[in-house]
Amino acid sequence: MSATATAPAHDHHDDHGHHHKQTFITKYIFSTDHKMISKQYLITGIIMGIVGIMMSVLFRLQLAWPEESFWIFETLLGRFAEDGVMSPSIYLALVTIHGTIMVFFVLTAGLSGTFSNLLIPLQIGARDMASGFLNMVSYWLFFISSVIMLSSLFVEAGPASAGWTIYPPLSALPEAIGGSGAGMTLWLVSLAIFIASSLLGSLNYIVTVLNLRTNGMSMTRLPLTIWAFFITAIIGVVSFPVLLAAALLLIMDRSFGTSFFLSDIFIKGEVLSHQGGSPVLFEHLFWFLGHPEVYIVILPAMGIVSEVMATNARKPIFGYRAMVASILAIAFLSTIVWGHHMFVSGMNPFLGSVFTFTTLLIAIPSAVKAFNWITTLWKGNLQMNPGMLFSIGFVSTFITGGLTGIILGDSTLDINVHDTYFVIAHFHLVMGISAIYGLLAGVYHWYPKMFGRMMNKNLGYVHFWVTAVGAYGIFFPMHFIGLAGLPRRYYTNTAFPYFDDLADVNVIITIFAIITAAVQVVFLYNFFASMFFGKKAKQNPWNATTLEWTTPVEHIHGNWPGAIPSVYRWPYDYSKTNEDGEYVIKGQDFVPQNVPLQENEEELNH
Amino acid sequence: MTPFLVIIVLALLALTVWQMSKIFELSKGPDVEDSQIANDKDNRQQAKIMLGFMIFLYVGMAYCFWHYSKLYLPEAASEHGSQVDTLMFISIGLIMLVQVITQALLHWFAYKYQGKKGNKALFFADNDKLEFIWTIIPVIVLAGLIIYGLFTWSDIMNIDEDDDPIVIEIYAKQFSWQARYAGEDNTLGEANVRFIDGVNNVGLNENDSYANDDKITTELHLPVDKKVLFKFRSQDVLHSAYFPHFRAQMNVVPGMVTQFAFTPSITSEEMRNSEYMVDKVKTINEIRKENSKQLMAEGEPALDSYEFDYFLLCNKICGNAHYNMQMKIVVESEDEYNEWLSEQQTFEQSMDQ
Repeated sequence: MSATATAPAHDHHDDHGHHHKQTFITKYIFSTDHKMISKQYLITGIIMGIVGIMMSVLFRLQLAWPEESFWIFETLLGRFAEDGVMSPSIYLALVTIHGTIMVFFVLTAGLSGTFSNLLIPLQIGARDMASGFLNMVSYWLFFISSVIMLSSLFVEAGPASAGWTIYPPLSALPEAIGGSGAGMTLWLVSLAIFIASSLLGSLNYIVTVLNLRTNGMSMTRLPLTIWAFFITAIIGVVSFPVLLAAALLLIMDRSFGTSFFLSDIFIKGEVLSHQGGSPVLFEHLFWFLGHPEVYIVILPAMGIVSEVMATNARKPIFGYRAMVASILAIAFLSTIVWGHHMFVSGMNPFLGSVFTFTTLLIAIPSAVKAFNWITTLWKGNLQMNPGMLFSIGFVSTFITGGLTGIILGDSTLDINVHDTYFVIAHFHLVMGISAIYGLLAGVYHWYPKMFGRMMNKNLGYVHFWVTAVGAYGIFFPMHFIGLAGLPRRYYTNTAFPYFDDLADVNVIITIFAIITAAVQVVFLYNFFASMFFGKKAKQNPWNATTLEWTTPVEHIHGNWPGAIPSVYRWPYDYSKTNEDGEYVIKGQDFVPQNVPLQENEEELNH
Repeated sequence: MTPFLVIIVLALLALTVWQMSKIFELSKGPDVEDSQIANDKDNRQQAKIMLGFMIFLYVGMAYCFWHYSKLYLPEAASEHGSQVDTLMFISIGLIMLVQVITQALLHWFAYKYQGKKGNKALFFADNDKLEFIWTIIPVIVLAGLIIYGLFTWSDIMNIDEDDDPIVIEIYAKQFSWQARYAGEDNTLGEANVRFIDGVNNVGLNENDSYANDDKITTELHLPVDKKVLFKFRSQDVLHSAYFPHFRAQMNVVPGMVTQFAFTPSITSEEMRNSEYMVDKVKTINEIRKENSKQLMAEGEPALDSYEFDYFLLCNKICGNAHYNMQMKIVVESEDEYNEWLSEQQTFEQSMDQ
């Protein structure tokens, strides 16, 4: 398929030497170049990340020292923190918007948006995305939705505060909580636009991967990054529309008097006219996206880690085919496990059994991946670049967080830890921290490709180690307060003297959270300063095999100055030797994908 | 202990800053190449830190288990609860075993195979046998867990009406709970939010004869060793009735009735006098005394001393006061229970007043 499909594109672009004149606006703002769009995604994602992480520090302060006065609350929260004491309503708003921003704006758009855009054309050997225009529209829709989400913070009654899962009726009734007024409306509008952006992006990624691969780039020669982005895009296309449906129905219930999710409600002394709807229906629709969403977040990180790890281990990724198969298996299973968020929602217990079964099955491909990464390190020649450290950190937190999934996925055990801090610890390690590690590994690794300069490695080391210690310091103890039965989303635990002895654990967690958040400043400095003062990058600084490193350091429209390179091998020929023990190319421990098979070389069946 | 940890963390932070400045100085040295790509020295150094991190991880995990596992809830106070706990302990044991092995391998390999110029990595791309092994082992282990879990789940969730359980309705609204006992006929009267009116604050149908002898209370009393079937109803938004000590939880959904059944097995009195709870309450009261000193210094009233009672709490975000939506639960002997119940007003009596 690839041969026939790519031939015309290839011919058409062979003479791509000329350059269009570009103004500031077409180059930096309304750019259709995938490399620029990826930078736009990354920087927008980083800004949203700063907001999201700052919010978590604020509510962690409240949790450690409940109802105490902090000047920072008064400064940042204004009327929601009179005399510097955080109000319950803004606490709930903070956790809601923190979740929304981190899941959608940082880990979906910031991660997948950045690296799918940067790497898909570069690694498959294409001049650009299938549709540069749609790509631009996708970014700008994302930008608009970010602006709307941030603007909801300034609404009079406060931003959405029904939790990032926005379960109705709480999210539907302004009478029930202030944030469900204009704040919630903006939240829904923002998300609807976000979904449109995500769908345009995903369709573009899928089409590009299927149709624009260069000569010789068969599907089984794709780097694992591309496999991950490709499958992620497919999951997105399958599941995001369902969230859109849920959001639209909720908008109908809120504004047009329908009753999809509402029934038998008495609030503020009045019976509402809504009749016959069910909040459980909303939960089904929400989690039909919500669960695949966590794989939309983690799969790109997995792809990035596989690639960065192989490159820095100077070894092929172990079990390429198994890695691809497990991505496919995870993607498939991810769409049939949503019910494990709803074991105690009141749905039929028999469904709980089914979802327990499918959920625990996901542990199998996940375990295969973890073992394969560990084996990739075995007998490697590990180059400890910051990207590599974050990749190793990813595997560590992915295992720690993933294992507790076995407890939460088991309906019997979920009864007692559902919605406690145990859940918070689990998903922050397995999808929050891990995905952020994947993102950071990608940033450190492809920074030279994005900006033509290197990031400072020593700052990278400091960033990694403090973050690694901090992340475990925050989330490992959190499992235990969850097992003690402490519910999430409590403004303070002081209403239950029974939980008084958990208070010092909360203090420790908060201290680690502050340190971890603070050290991200080192990263931000490194990231922005290196753009201007970083050391100029070589064309292929990490001695990697994939095609993006065959493009010049200076970005040009169309990526390659001459013809697009053809591909003759898989992307993981690191430290490959001939029978005599010599490297295939003398004195070089890697063979780029665009180098034809050498004499005496055997194409190993991987 | 907290200040101690704070000090350690601050010390580590100071160490980091010191290391950072040292690194900066070193990086300015004349003989250091400035490519920003890890060299042999970085590899060596980072691998050592990796080993140090592994030690931190294991010490940290051991510390947490040593000091925090006592935070786990007391012995389950319901019949099915011990099954849940057994499965929980088996699962935790299994995952910790896997955790200890895999993290050791990961960090050890990262240390052992640190890069060095001239070293050759092994081109090891595939091995079907290995792949098979680590596919089949999780399959077998998970099959065991799934089967065990599912049997327990259906045991808990399938309610056998032949046991003739006591039927109690748990009624939720922002931000309080009420309990409705079915009365002599053990049948709950018809109810809907549309019947809510004045004293009739849970919306009973006054014309339904089953409703007359229903008793509505703000405390939940349960007889020990009797099966109780809870029916949950909400008048406004989603709530979740979470009984942590009984290993029971069910969402409360407006527009439908959800249910959960369990048999309380330990009375409040017994639990209060258990070794676990005596210790815990003592610790809590010490903490409260300490906090009271501070409060009184600021001219505020001291905290009451704490006595243990079972409680029901809301575990689904339901509004601003979500954090304080609770109801006291008393588990007592059947005689005490009957006596208490007989003192409660029936719906009919409360409407007549």
